[in-house]
Amino acid sequence: MTDIPSDTRAAAPSTGEEGAAPRARPATPLADPAAERRRARRSRRYRRDVKWSPYALVAPFFLFFLAFGLFPLLYTGWASLHRVELGTPTDMEWVGLRNFSRLLEDDFFWNALRNTFTIGVISTVPQLLMALGLAHLLHYRLRGSMFFRVAILTPYATSVAAATLVFVLMFSRTDHGMINWGLGLVGVDAVDWQNGDWTAQFAVSAIVIWRWTGYNALIYLAAMQAIPKDLYESAALDGASRWQQFRHVTVPSLRPTILFTCVVSTIGATQLFGEPLLFSQGASPTGGSDHQFQTLGLYLYEQGWFNQHLGRASAIAWTMFLILVLIGLLNWAISRWIRRDA
Amino acid sequence: MRYRTRTPRRAVALAAVAALATGLLAGCADDSDEPGGSSGGGGDGGDKGKTTLTVGVFGAFGLQEAGLYDEYEKLNPDINIKQNSVQRNENYWPALLTHLSSGSGLSDVQAVEVGNIAELTGTHSAKLVDLGKTQGVDKGAYLGWKWQQGTTKDGKTVGLGTDIGPTGICYRKDLFKKAGLPTDREEVGKLWAGDWKKYLEAGKQYKKKGPEGTAFVDGATGVMAAVHASGKEKFYDADGELVYKDSAGVREGWELGAQFAEAGLTAKLQQFQPSWDQAFANGSFATVTCPPWMLGYIKDKAGDKGEDQWDVAAAPKPGNWGGSFLSVPEAGKNKEEAAKLVTWLTAPKQQAKLFDKRASFPSAEAAYDLPEVKDAKNPYFGDSPVGQIFAKAAEGVPVQPIGPKDGIISQYLADTGMLGVDQKGTSPDKAWDKAMKTIDNALDQ
Repeated sequence: MTDIPSDTRAAAPSTGEEGAAPRARPATPLADPAAERRRARRSRRYRRDVKWSPYALVAPFFLFFLAFGLFPLLYTGWASLHRVELGTPTDMEWVGLRNFSRLLEDDFFWNALRNTFTIGVISTVPQLLMALGLAHLLHYRLRGSMFFRVAILTPYATSVAAATLVFVLMFSRTDHGMINWGLGLVGVDAVDWQNGDWTAQFAVSAIVIWRWTGYNALIYLAAMQAIPKDLYESAALDGASRWQQFRHVTVPSLRPTILFTCVVSTIGATQLFGEPLLFSQGASPTGGSDHQFQTLGLYLYEQGWFNQHLGRASAIAWTMFLILVLIGLLNWAISRWIRRDA
Repeated sequence: MRYRTRTPRRAVALAAVAALATGLLAGCADDSDEPGGSSGGGGDGGDKGKTTLTVGVFGAFGLQEAGLYDEYEKLNPDINIKQNSVQRNENYWPALLTHLSSGSGLSDVQAVEVGNIAELTGTHSAKLVDLGKTQGVDKGAYLGWKWQQGTTKDGKTVGLGTDIGPTGICYRKDLFKKAGLPTDREEVGKLWAGDWKKYLEAGKQYKKKGPEGTAFVDGATGVMAAVHASGKEKFYDADGELVYKDSAGVREGWELGAQFAEAGLTAKLQQFQPSWDQAFANGSFATVTCPPWMLGYIKDKAGDKGEDQWDVAAAPKPGNWGGSFLSVPEAGKNKEEAAKLVTWLTAPKQQAKLFDKRASFPSAEAAYDLPEVKDAKNPYFGDSPVGQIFAKAAEGVPVQPIGPKDGIISQYLADTGMLGVDQKGTSPDKAWDKAMKTIDNALDQ
């Protein structure tokens, strides 16, 4: 620290609102006017630098965001107020809010919303519970813990398409399907997974659970490792069992993390697309012959790219966005409530 | 400390911004440079004077595989052909639509599937070259209905036909024998000639004595599609009005498909799914609607085990299933050369070669008398004279009005309608209502 210029040392204690920005101080004993001017200029440049270079550094992100995030978002909003067809996207006819109002009486939309919700619940709840349990197990001192940690993350690193195709084979209707074969061993009749309402949603959820449990477990594990050890020690001294420690020390400390994973999983569930698309035979966008596992994302895709109605698809996209905003607000309210509670 | 870190930090920031900026600029520059650079600027002798023509296709289209590009390049040393292939037409077609409307990203030649050709002629003909006026194109060489499909109402031919898919019925001789049905292709054809109802009767007969665990047909959706293809009218009438709800042809196909399902004559399979492929290998069904390209598919899926088990007979009524067109976008840099290439590729002689190598059946009638077609026999299918069988079917294919939404309607009719009848046992009336509701929603802009 010996090379710190003398004026910085002099200025540092006295600066308040500007951080540690040095100033030319009249109090400096050697008041050579040329040096003074030089120092003033330098300091002005320095202040400008401090003030503007952060903006320059974040600018690339915002430029990209403008081009690939905000503009498409707004343009989608604009398109949702028009009748636009995929074949002739420049030929737009103003229809006002009709694309939105028709959603209210669109059975397919409500069906997709319902499916998104149910698939979201059947996939998110067990997934997070299992992740919590897994993280708890991995938190113990284990032989080869690194191996297990990497292993549970591998599903996350697998492509949706590859994973889904394997699951399609496993959930196949015929006796060749591995799951039906397994059920057959214990004397249960073969299930037509794809064609049943609940079975299909369960199968799609299974893919989601398989892919995301490990990811969430790792997040929980990281948060668990940040919990001070002495909390456990004192709990153990008080005679708390492992389960009680988990319930009364681990879970409360993980609250913010749990909330975070809930939000991320909810967003993921709302946008669910790849799994149900590929789960249907021939990657049809209808989500089964009864639309039994068509999610909002899939319905959007069907309207836009299959039925070629970009305007209607845009309205669905915006509705999904509004639903996510609503979920965000709800999350904000809950987290405030939790904090006040704590 | 602060003074010392200042310069490096700014330098890093500047470097980062500069790097990003050059990256962006380079990205832009690449884009605008490419078309001009690779196409050689219309024979100015820029880069060796070669013109590169790009051909956009979907799936394994066959032109390249049959060696037709190589042959054309040999005949025209200053032409270089490059193919861009997209695996599935469901992905290829929407991309082509957006490229057409923006006028960029197009290949010099673009393939179009028959399910999309009506949309192309209906709404995008202004962006395509009139190939009917190209030198060397002989309208008389083509089947009338195929030529008509690629032509707009005001007579502009924007798509030249490559292949067609006149249908026959492929059947398993061994299974037919066990079920006490004739096995000779002439007799089998006579069994149901001219009437789909007789096909149903043959199915019922098969069910009585056919081997356990096998079905007469692959699935009800396949039967429905085959009947639809063979009618005088499908989803549109001659004036281009949508008639899918009342059309007698649509109704006939629906009812027959449902009867097959309800009589238990189907293996409840959906076509082009892995389970369907497996069923070919396992021999779980005895008949399937067969356009020429299906022969290769069956051979591929049924493998050596199926050798000489299959044969092909005439369908009750022939229809058309599949086939494609080639068109030339106006926005292309080498329109004239591209049109020449298309003319050559779709000429009867080349179509016959394509049939010989890839089993894509010619849409040019003039090719049927060429030896590649006339004398064609398929050893896998018991040396059946496939060239003659399908040429006869092609002549019987009805001239059916097609429309821009044919593909969507038929897929929904199958996926959200007949499939439920077949696989879930939904009542045909309920399934029909459901399919109609889905189709109405899909067509409503």
